[in-house]
Amino acid sequence: MLDYTTKEIKERSALVVNPAKTCQPIGAMYAALGINKCLPHSHGSQGCCSYHRMHLTRHYRDPIAASTSSFTEGACVFGGKSNLSKGLQTVFSVYNPDIVAVNTTCLSETIGDDLTEIIKSTDLPEDKVVIYANTPSYTGSHVTGFSNMTKAMVSSLAEKVLETPTTTVNVIPGYVEPSDMTEIKKMLKLLDMPSIMFPDTSGVVNAPNKGKYEMYPEGGVTIDELKATGDSVATVALGSFASEAAAFELEKKFDVEPYVLKTPIGIKATDEFLMTLLSLTGDVFIPEELEVERGQLLDVMIDVHHHYHGKKVAIFGDPDIIIALTEFVIDLGMIPKYVITGTPGKRFEREINEMFKAHGLEDECIVKAEEDLMTLHQLIKNEPVDILIGNTYGKYIARAEDIPLVRVGFPILDRVGHSYFPTVGYKGALRLIEKISTAILDKYDRICPEEDFELTM
Amino acid sequence: MSKDPIILEDRKSFVLLNEKKQNNTIDCEKDSVSGAVSQRACVYCGARVVLNPVTDAVHLIHGPIGCSSYTWDIRGSLSSDEENYRNSYSTDLQEENIIFGGEKKLEAAIDEIVETLSPKVIFVYATCVVGVIGDDLVGVSKKKSKEHNIKVITVQSSGFAGNKKDGYKAACHALLSLMGEKKKSDEKDFVINYLGDFNLAGEAWIIKKYLKEIGVKTNVVMTGDSTCDQIENAGNSQYNIVQCAGSMTYLAKQMQMKYNIPFEQVSFFGVTDTANSIEKIALLSGDEAIMEKAKALIAREVDKTNAILDQFMKRLRGKKVAIYVGGGFKAISLIKQFRDIGIESVIVGTQTGKKEEYKKIRDLTDEGTIILDDTNPSELEYFIKQTGADILVGGVKERPLAYKLGLAFIDHNHERKHPLCGFVGAVNFIKEVDLTVNSPVWTFINEQGGEGYEQKELYQLERQSL
Ligand code: SF4
Ligand code: SF4
Repeated sequence: MLDYTTKEIKERSALVVNPAKTCQPIGAMYAALGINKCLPHSHGSQGCCSYHRMHLTRHYRDPIAASTSSFTEGACVFGGKSNLSKGLQTVFSVYNPDIVAVNTTCLSETIGDDLTEIIKSTDLPEDKVVIYANTPSYTGSHVTGFSNMTKAMVSSLAEKVLETPTTTVNVIPGYVEPSDMTEIKKMLKLLDMPSIMFPDTSGVVNAPNKGKYEMYPEGGVTIDELKATGDSVATVALGSFASEAAAFELEKKFDVEPYVLKTPIGIKATDEFLMTLLSLTGDVFIPEELEVERGQLLDVMIDVHHHYHGKKVAIFGDPDIIIALTEFVIDLGMIPKYVITGTPGKRFEREINEMFKAHGLEDECIVKAEEDLMTLHQLIKNEPVDILIGNTYGKYIARAEDIPLVRVGFPILDRVGHSYFPTVGYKGALRLIEKISTAILDKYDRICPEEDFELTM
Repeated sequence: MSKDPIILEDRKSFVLLNEKKQNNTIDCEKDSVSGAVSQRACVYCGARVVLNPVTDAVHLIHGPIGCSSYTWDIRGSLSSDEENYRNSYSTDLQEENIIFGGEKKLEAAIDEIVETLSPKVIFVYATCVVGVIGDDLVGVSKKKSKEHNIKVITVQSSGFAGNKKDGYKAACHALLSLMGEKKKSDEKDFVINYLGDFNLAGEAWIIKKYLKEIGVKTNVVMTGDSTCDQIENAGNSQYNIVQCAGSMTYLAKQMQMKYNIPFEQVSFFGVTDTANSIEKIALLSGDEAIMEKAKALIAREVDKTNAILDQFMKRLRGKKVAIYVGGGFKAISLIKQFRDIGIESVIVGTQTGKKEEYKKIRDLTDEGTIILDDTNPSELEYFIKQTGADILVGGVKERPLAYKLGLAFIDHNHERKHPLCGFVGAVNFIKEVDLTVNSPVWTFINEQGGEGYEQKELYQLERQSL
């Protein structure tokens, strides 16, 4: 399929081939699913909503419900006001959510619907909540959409009731798997830290099978918790692209102190996350259980460091994830040859370049934001790598060039496990090493000469 | 707020209980109710799925990134040669393009494609937003066609301008504009076009093989595993046979007007339909030799296939199926196919079925069957429980719904991995049904949940879960 990819790289300014990103509303929808009893609503044509639900369904393999304003030509001419009003009333009377989180689409943004006004003028049941985020797809990416909806959660719901803040910490996990959110909650619990995590899709998009269909599974942050975020002592935002907007909003409105950290992927980023939390509680000691986990991780890193050390890796996907991943692979002694994201953002390149410089890698490694997978493939054709880390779309390149692919990120459409096992924390780092090392050795076993084919490695 | 209406007031006329004595009808072919969690897609989606399998064309999506990235390699259409269609090309419109117009970017993107690929044909798909900002796609296409001496064809598929079936039409127009003049031919063989097969899992190849065996030549399959050259030549066939009626009847009618090619409806799903269709095509040829060969093929394959089906049917007796698919024609052929293997359809729904198709569905199914147009997960859940269906047939979004309800599932959409058409497909189909219905996995739900299957209890449960 990728026979058309040429080795010669020509600058392209208008054409994107095989994108490494997708559009804002899907990120907003995913974030909205992280609120308890929330029905996401897409304000635009039903096609977009159908695609977003389809994509999320494929990735999470769980029913993803979302309603749509079902725009037709009339709505494009006269505006989508009646569609949204009617849609919201329908949703509350039939599907009975506690909250509806509306995202816009390219279309409703372009015709310029005023959502504040529409929602205000719609007759809604008293105890119900509607929030919305502007998510035009012609800026940013799905990560921006996630960020915008997460920000909307606090800008429309957070309150400050108490004079002095509580000891609770807000934690924004970023655009990660439900399993990652569970792992983050586990760490918070081990630290005995009162916290509010939002959004929280664990238990929503990886809900247990009970033999019945639940439109609103048990998981998700509650509306009351979201309200209380204004009274918290601090906000820890994991991954600047997906999470800092909401954290800064809380600072601006209620003076809740923001700490923007890396997504805790890898040993260093996890250490940093835990140390930041400790500094907030004033504690000095890491709980025993986490000590053990870290020690085990370290032990395995040492056991198999000869497998991955010096190996060249190409990483692609969403900025927050791959910033942390790049740091981790450098710590493993690997060479992050190409680091590519489709999401725009100069800051991304700057941050990765700093890492390259700090490790003397700036001459051999390349980072690009707002790039597509065709460019990544061309780069690999010019100088191959040993392993590829990224989402499902990497499988085309992996096959064309016979490079093992470790699936991390969004979307993963062709494997299971990602929504149940974490990549964050020490446990997640351990799992990543297992996957990387196994992928490299599997390939070696497959292609090595007979005399090198051995029982132990 | 009342939780009472499982079926929205506005949707009541879209739901029908099959009562033979009463001549009641269902509403269809209307816009979805806003807020109803419709499973329907858009015009663009319809155009994309029909045109995508044209293997050597570049499919360029003019719009913001999402529309193209969700449809990247959207269906498992196989190709015998070129695979360019499996890539995702987009103009990735940005804010400034929305404000100042996207035509310049589109032009540049076409130039950049030509620079690296030199394709014969570029299809340029319009998405919602370009429909609203008013880019002149036809103008750009004309200009670029001339400049590069290739065919740049606009697909008028702005998402909001209707629904999926309007996209089928847009695709048909694009195909028509690719077709050339009819040549004077001295072709003696019976040559047909096969419309409405997308070569999912190689299905078009199976049908072509049958046709070849009985002496019928296939000019082009539209659009599965097709090339631009083949499509250009489509006007030179003697007959069009149409399988996917929803997407291709329109094209067949247009070709009848333009090239005077008659068409006939066929279906290759299930033993009965496959046999009938092969026979029908043989008759159309008016050629004794072809008819003889068709008879022989049918006799041989039907016996062989039925012998295999019989073994499985024992394991499936008494099971009930719920069908929710895109088009009415597919639903009809599924009802028949399930009947072939001894399974009755208790729910039949479609996203875009037409009046005549619903009438046919009503005639085909038993009294008490629930018929649904443009339904949603809640209704599906309700009726699945009410009817005690054991299997759901549907697309991507229905799969996890079925699984959560503890129901077997059959994908009869883009994503099927095994061919389901022809005699081979009939065997694959029953194997798949058997595999999913008789999987040991369901016993765990029964044991643990215990609440899943008692009909009476279900009536109470369904309301709580809404
Ligand atoms: S923007 Fe329009 S064309 Fe694109 S997916 Fe949405 S409805 Fe379809
Ligand atoms: S890019 Fe825009 S039009 Fe396309 S699917 Fe996303 S929101 Fe819809």
